Amino acid sequence: MQSYLMLAGVLFVVGIFGVITRRNTIGILMSLELMFNAANINLVTFNNFVTADGLSGQIFSIFIIVIAAAETTIGLAIVLLIYRNWKGIDSDCYGVMKW
Amino acid sequence: MTDPSEVGIVFWVLSTVILVSAVMVVSLRNIFHCAIFLILTLTGVAGIFVTLNAEFLAAAQVLIYVGAVATLMVFGIMLTSDIASRRIEMTNQKAGVAVLACMVFALGVLFLIKITTKAGAGVWQTATEPLPADNVLTIGKQLMTEFVLPFEVVSVLLLAAMIGAIVLARREAS
Amino acid sequence: MTEFAYLIPLLQLLSFVMIIFFLRWKEKVSSGLAVTMSVAAWVMSVWVLIETICKYIGAHGAHVEPFEITYYLTVFPKINLEIGILVDALTAMMLLVVSTIGACVQIYSLGYMRGDKYFSRFFAYLSLFLFSMFGLVLANNFFMIFIFWELVGLTSYLLIGFYFEKKSASDAGKKAFITNRIGDLGFIIGLLLIGTYAGTFNYREVFDAVSGGVFPPEVLVVAAIGLFCGAIGKSAQFPLHVWLPDAMEGPTPVSALIHAATMVVAGVYLVARGMDIFVGSADAAFVVAAIGLITSFMAATIALTQNDIKRVLAYSTVSQLGYMIMALGLYGYDTANGIHSPGYYAGTFHLMTHAFFKGLLFLAAGSVIHAVHTNDIREMGGLLKKMPKTGWTFLVASASISGVPLTAGFFSKDEIVAAAAHHPVFYFFTLLIAFMTAFYMWRLCFMTFFGKPRDAEKFDHAHESPATMTGPLVFLGVLAVIGGWVGIPGMTGFSEFVFHGEPYHTHVDWVNILIASSVGLGGIYLAWLMYLKKAISADKIAQTFRPLYLMSLNKWWFDELYDIVFIRPILTLGRFLWTFDARVIDGLVNGVAWFTLFWAEMKQLFDTYVIDGAVNGSGWLVSNLGQALRYLQTGRVQFYTLFIVLMIIVLATFRMLPTGTWLLWTLTFLCAALLLGLIGRRTVTNTAHTESEKQA
Repeated sequence: MQSYLMLAGVLFVVGIFGVITRRNTIGILMSLELMFNAANINLVTFNNFVTADGLSGQIFSIFIIVIAAAETTIGLAIVLLIYRNWKGIDSDCYGVMKW
Repeated sequence: MTDPSEVGIVFWVLSTVILVSAVMVVSLRNIFHCAIFLILTLTGVAGIFVTLNAEFLAAAQVLIYVGAVATLMVFGIMLTSDIASRRIEMTNQKAGVAVLACMVFALGVLFLIKITTKAGAGVWQTATEPLPADNVLTIGKQLMTEFVLPFEVVSVLLLAAMIGAIVLARREAS
Repeated sequence: MTEFAYLIPLLQLLSFVMIIFFLRWKEKVSSGLAVTMSVAAWVMSVWVLIETICKYIGAHGAHVEPFEITYYLTVFPKINLEIGILVDALTAMMLLVVSTIGACVQIYSLGYMRGDKYFSRFFAYLSLFLFSMFGLVLANNFFMIFIFWELVGLTSYLLIGFYFEKKSASDAGKKAFITNRIGDLGFIIGLLLIGTYAGTFNYREVFDAVSGGVFPPEVLVVAAIGLFCGAIGKSAQFPLHVWLPDAMEGPTPVSALIHAATMVVAGVYLVARGMDIFVGSADAAFVVAAIGLITSFMAATIALTQNDIKRVLAYSTVSQLGYMIMALGLYGYDTANGIHSPGYYAGTFHLMTHAFFKGLLFLAAGSVIHAVHTNDIREMGGLLKKMPKTGWTFLVASASISGVPLTAGFFSKDEIVAAAAHHPVFYFFTLLIAFMTAFYMWRLCFMTFFGKPRDAEKFDHAHESPATMTGPLVFLGVLAVIGGWVGIPGMTGFSEFVFHGEPYHTHVDWVNILIASSVGLGGIYLAWLMYLKKAISADKIAQTFRPLYLMSLNKWWFDELYDIVFIRPILTLGRFLWTFDARVIDGLVNGVAWFTLFWAEMKQLFDTYVIDGAVNGSGWLVSNLGQALRYLQTGRVQFYTLFIVLMIIVLATFRMLPTGTWLLWTLTFLCAALLLGLIGRRTVTNTAHTESEKQA
């Protein structure tokens, strides 16, 4: 169990790192997927080792996968829009939400 | 039910694959290569699911992530950037700070996991009975009984996301 | 009809509301409405009376359950408040009296008030008064009667002060109102005692409680006297009689309606209504009788020498009210001592006949005043020729009040004398009062209508009043004679109808009749001798008994007495308090004000330097901090994410640290944030540079 949780934690941190550092917006989306997967691993692990009462953890994972899919769809649509407006998808390009 | 302390060789292989390819995903310069490694990572996670007695989830992972999401990513990459020619800096100036912060964060997380899962810590009670053997059947039943409301909500969410994506990505008439 | 008796007051209320809110500008319509409503009330009252009589006669002396409608108000769960009407013989009789006089006065006012500035308002007030009076009569519990009691007091106040531009009129209104308040204080005390001990205000339940011994004897006495205090105020009895003569400042129809026939008998009605309570305590009943006698005697002596026609009538009213109260009190006293007395029947019977002849007297007096424009009988004389209808009806009423045989007053007064017959002192004074009554009434008649005119000019201008005024006079004149025939001794009549306890069977007592009527006729004869034949000089008698004469003329100095005993001390106290106010309280107030001012100055200084400084300082701090912190808002999502991660680390660290060091850590954190802000700024500048380079 410990190993699984550690794997998930490290994967999550890698995902965060990606989100922070990637310049490419699609890269950010990918890193987000990594984080989702880390969360899923956690849920499934707990479902397996802690509460064997039904499969609530797995079902939650399914929901998360679905939501992740939806998020990806929307995210890519937004990326397309950004690309169209700024002629590029580097995250530095659209820093317009500043002071 | 697997003994918590006992992890087989399969786990080590899988976790190595996952972590290495995850690092690749966040650090490679070519975004297309990143996508490839992402697929590898996701497949690895599916394998992890299998070791955790979640065969249905593993299948769903492969189908949805590897089959759909990753493909979508590739399409997105191809639509938005010239993969072959431009090799731009893929990380920004905050990389130094980010590495530092993430190290601290990871250490904190690992420390927490260590102390909470230590034998006799008593934070989590361990399960006493095995998971239902036929987990596809159980998941189906639970989805349709206990979790029917979230299930419906999530379907509406998907629909909304679909419509939203279409509306966003549609080219303006002019 | 009896079951619709509640319509009688409600019609009057409708009339009042319509006139005061919608029809005030249309004099003909509003007066017509008011008159119509009062006549309708009269018709309904007669109907109710006939129905009630049939019910009682049909019972042949057996107990008759009165008609009662009750609607409970459940606002206060602890005490039964109710709204309801009760129609028994007494109520039916009162309804007839009130509606008869009311209708007559309204018709009379059509002529009397013609051309008045506030013509419509007068009729509105009359309607309101009739509403209240009917409500008072119909009420089935003490609480409701109290409400209407106050309402009639209010309308009385409004109508006395109707000519409010005249100071004496508005003063008289105030006097009446305040004097009544004193009596009503007692009424409230009585009410509260009744409510507390009986737990209800309903007449029947209260009386059951009284006969059931729920009240301790001393409480019952206090409650009875409390109720009687209300009656004292409203019926102008001995200590509180002073308001009634002054109330004559109101228009004469008002005096006839309110201050002679109806409202002032409300007190008598209350005593009659609450007779069970007085029967339950002989002491209270004796007080009632004594007060009645004192009032009656005192008012009669004052009436002997007054020269204002309305004042004579006013004192006559007070005297006659005292008569009724005395009869009722004697009844209560005798019944408590086991003697069957005609007092109750006598009192209520006299109430009815008195209403007829006294209402008539006032209306006729109003007619005279209307003709000669003066109240002073010394300026009148010989008016019988000029205004025959007014004069003759006045004479009829005078005969009735004096107890001339076969008139209404003869029968009722006889009964009162009979009721007093067991008590020598009361008997003597009753006869004396009867004598004086006859004397001063006929003095009034002879000076006004007979002899030579003393003021030729006024005499020449005098003329008979219009038909709207003489019509009611004639009608009431007829009633003033035949109204008493319902109570001829020895015959079934009034005494078997309105009674308390057991019906009283009258019998012909020739000795009593002889004495009573001879006393009345003697009074008339003396008046004839003195004022028409001039056989005896009135001035000489006045000279001989000068102290007594002055005492009577000055109304026993009651107003002066009250002035000295109550009003002056109160004024002095008020003046003293004013001085106290001016010196001590004002000094205190000014001192406080000065201190406040000083304190305010201090506070202003404090404000300017300390508070303003703090405010400005915090503003300065915030704006500068904001200036520094805004560099954190780089607009780059990834920067925010980084920040989130750092935040999580910091918070987790906080959690693990000892609690005391949080301030230190917060400061550290803020410094870190500022640092990051600077980093972000540098990044942005760099990006800006790259972008400008790109464009270039």
